[in-house]
Amino acid sequence: MAKVVLPELGENITKATVSYWFIQPGQQVKEKEDLVELTTDKATFNLPSPAAGTLKQIFIQEGDTANVGDVLGEIE
Amino acid sequence: MRIEFSDLGLVYYKDSYKAQLEAFNRVKEGIVEHALLSCSHFPVITLGRQAKTNNLLVSERELKEKGVELFNIERGGDITYHGPGQLTAYPVFNLNLLKKDLHLFLRNLEQVIIGTLACFNLKAEQRKGLTGVWVEGKKIASIGISVRQWISFHGLSINIKDDDLANFSLIRPCGMDIMITSMESVLNKPIEIGEVEKIFKQEILKWPK
Repeated sequence: MAKVVLPELGENITKATVSYWFIQPGQQVKEKEDLVELTTDKATFNLPSPAAGTLKQIFIQEGDTANVGDVLGEIE
Repeated sequence: MRIEFSDLGLVYYKDSYKAQLEAFNRVKEGIVEHALLSCSHFPVITLGRQAKTNNLLVSERELKEKGVELFNIERGGDITYHGPGQLTAYPVFNLNLLKKDLHLFLRNLEQVIIGTLACFNLKAEQRKGLTGVWVEGKKIASIGISVRQWISFHGLSINIKDDDLANFSLIRPCGMDIMITSMESVLNKPIEIGEVEKIFKQEILKWPK
């Protein structure tokens, strides 16, 4: 099981909004493939998948905000 | 800082997008450190990820009649207009070689624009909490970027020509009720896009390490 964690996006950035899941739960994803798009201010950031596998669960839905370090989803 | 500069001239949005992807690959493969595409666009409205369709104030049919294209794109931000009276620039920067900081990248782009406008004796400023550059309380430049593998794409536009401002009435820019201005409107004299482009390229080379 690999956790998808909201990474550091800058010195004073404590949170970001999940703006788009490229992969839906139950779908396969390759390691480093674009998995989820995060938005902060007028910037979007494509977070790559930390591992190959199936996206098992999404914890933060599109439009919701999470803090740096929060788990956004799980890859199995 | 080594930047590969490409001047695309007046282009359709889809052609500049293709050029951006090509530049992105050159930067990703390490063929060049950073790239900067500069251009002006045939009239186009782009909708970012946060765009709400009610910020487009006319129907798609009306846009077609006016010869304005419409694109959904993956940059941050809401809705914006690009046209032949603007300098649009796409910095494809490898942030792995600079600072991995999205907000710092936005603030640095604002500083480059402010430095460019200062060369034309225009006093521009940042506004806390709002991305973009402002003159006399009106927005003169917009920014919206995307970052993939810590390489940036999409970018910014500076309103230069006065006669290209009317198309902003087709939208609520950035989803806000804000006033838009141009360099010509403030300076009350003709300004060539090429002049601004030349200064902008000099200013972006001062990018902080």
